Amino acid sequence: MTPLQKALALLAGLASLATLFVPYAVVQGQPVPAWYFSPVAALAVVTIGILLTFRNALRPAYCWAVALCAAIILLGTLSRIDKAGPGFWLVLVSGWLMAWLFAERLAGAIRSKKVGGRAFGFLIPLTLGAAILVIWEAVTRGGGVPTVLLPPPSSIWARITASLPLLAADFQQTFLKAVLIGYALGCGAGFLVAIAIDRSPFLKRGLLPLGSFVSALPMVGIAPIMVMWFGFDWPSKAAVVIIMTFFPMLVNTVAGLNASGSMERDMMRTYAAGYWQTLFKLRLPAAAPFIFNGLKINSTLALIGAIVAEFFGTPIVGMGFRISTEVGKMNVDMVWAEIAMAALAGSLFYGIVTLVERGVTFWHPSVRGG
Amino acid sequence: MNLRGAGSAVPVTIVLLAILVIWYAATIWLNAPWQLDMYQRNHVTAWSPTQFVTDTWNQDRPVLPSPHQVAVELWKTTAVVAVSSKKSLIYHAWVTLSATLLGFAMGSVLGILLAVFIVHNNAMDRSLMPWIVASQTVPILAIAPMIIVVLNAVNITGLLPKSLISTYLSFFPVVVGMVKGLRSPEQLQLDLMHTYNASRLQTFFKLRWPTALPYLFTSMKIAVAASLVGAIVGELPTGAVAGLGARLLGGSYYGQTVQIWSALFAASILAGLLVIAVGIVERLVVRRMGARP
Repeated sequence: MTPLQKALALLAGLASLATLFVPYAVVQGQPVPAWYFSPVAALAVVTIGILLTFRNALRPAYCWAVALCAAIILLGTLSRIDKAGPGFWLVLVSGWLMAWLFAERLAGAIRSKKVGGRAFGFLIPLTLGAAILVIWEAVTRGGGVPTVLLPPPSSIWARITASLPLLAADFQQTFLKAVLIGYALGCGAGFLVAIAIDRSPFLKRGLLPLGSFVSALPMVGIAPIMVMWFGFDWPSKAAVVIIMTFFPMLVNTVAGLNASGSMERDMMRTYAAGYWQTLFKLRLPAAAPFIFNGLKINSTLALIGAIVAEFFGTPIVGMGFRISTEVGKMNVDMVWAEIAMAALAGSLFYGIVTLVERGVTFWHPSVRGG
Repeated sequence: MNLRGAGSAVPVTIVLLAILVIWYAATIWLNAPWQLDMYQRNHVTAWSPTQFVTDTWNQDRPVLPSPHQVAVELWKTTAVVAVSSKKSLIYHAWVTLSATLLGFAMGSVLGILLAVFIVHNNAMDRSLMPWIVASQTVPILAIAPMIIVVLNAVNITGLLPKSLISTYLSFFPVVVGMVKGLRSPEQLQLDLMHTYNASRLQTFFKLRWPTALPYLFTSMKIAVAASLVGAIVGELPTGAVAGLGARLLGGSYYGQTVQIWSALFAASILAGLLVIAVGIVERLVVRRMGARP
């Protein structure tokens, strides 16, 4: 074990040991020790036992199992305690340390090729995500954080399941109408204009510096103007999305069209290929990695543009509208439900573009290398 | 004049002039209906084309303000009005700029720290990197109003809430750039440090950090622009108090299109200046480090 792993294991063991000797929580006005909840005491003993028994041969699976048990037991006791005591936090810390130790041990095992990185590598980020959710839940409920400040994940989930129709209507208004239409039109226009100006070196030299400058500007600022021009409904939001996505697409496509080497272009000429044949058979495929880079940047920009544009005026439906009104009512769990949905939609959108990219640019080293 | 020469100043100027011409033409087209309506209401029948064009260019609340109106408004609100006044665009730009800079500083430090951890620890790399990428697919600007309002509710007001949004937007490019930069030393160079018996700390400060600096500045240019966007959006939900975002919101409430456009231009100028400032710092630092132009 590395020094860091030894330190993690030592701290986890000490935290577990200390759990047995300090009050765990307050139940019905009385502080109770860890053995009031038998699983908690058992967990502490088992953690110490595993750390002592296996020491240098500690396998990632053991750490993972201990961390998982700690999470389940901790969350299980949450509903039965009034207020968390030092023991509660010690169990949380020791569980967190075990999860960290798991990540360290698994990363080490993958590095020394004991286990396959492809099969098990995804477990590490997944564990971090789950650990953050558990800590969030434990801190907000155990520590009595006011729900206005930060609601626990469980109540956000309850809100999501309770108001699915409302969320679906917002999703349809913002994502299916404004984002997708704006994204398609903006990226399409950027792509076509890039191909059009590609034939003129003069226009390319004039528009490219401006295009890359404009893509660094705070383009969300045009949202109020678009709302004024196109009204409150989704066309104004789609217009914001079009303008926000146009320039990154233009710049990336022009850069991509220059990506094919002169050798390949010369070869197309020896085949007597015309402009369009060269474009479709050589230059566009060579530009694909750049084009998809633009598409990926735009997939997040589009969602931001549509939601922010809704802050400036909208009909009474839409994700941005819901966020701004529910914030005003201090209905924070509804806001978090919208955010969770926006995050999910954004990640899925990005993921789908990435999947299409992997299919189209299967020849590119970054895809072939795995 | 050689238009096919190496420089891009001439093409850019011509394209800018073309945009200006198109803008003036669009002003006439977009403002015409309202102007015709006005003529009809005031029973002005004998208007000449020149008068019509100048009228559309000088409306009080045009659909699209003409470039000179925006320029005059910019001049009036920066040079004529006192800087301390609430009407001064410099005052609002300063409010936004201070939040931007604080957020940018926090984001850069956070980004560099994360990158250092990621480069030196395999488990950190595997666990953090996917989430850092995923964090940017979340439309964070959507959360901006909640962060502001919620932090206001617990009496954290002023710069910090806005800066937190800027931080979130600006740390990402720095992490990605710095991870790439800190990993850019070649194996040969790392081996050389090894033969010198250099510690990890020495390798970091004498090899990795200097090699990573160009990457750091490139990503800081992106980060500072993103930081400004964060600060502007962070000003929207506070209800048009101060800052460029508040000017945008106020303009949209009261239909002051000229004010919106001038705030938009001020934001663009600010973004340009910030990127240029980072570029100047970059050139100074790189020169001090002994790079020859």
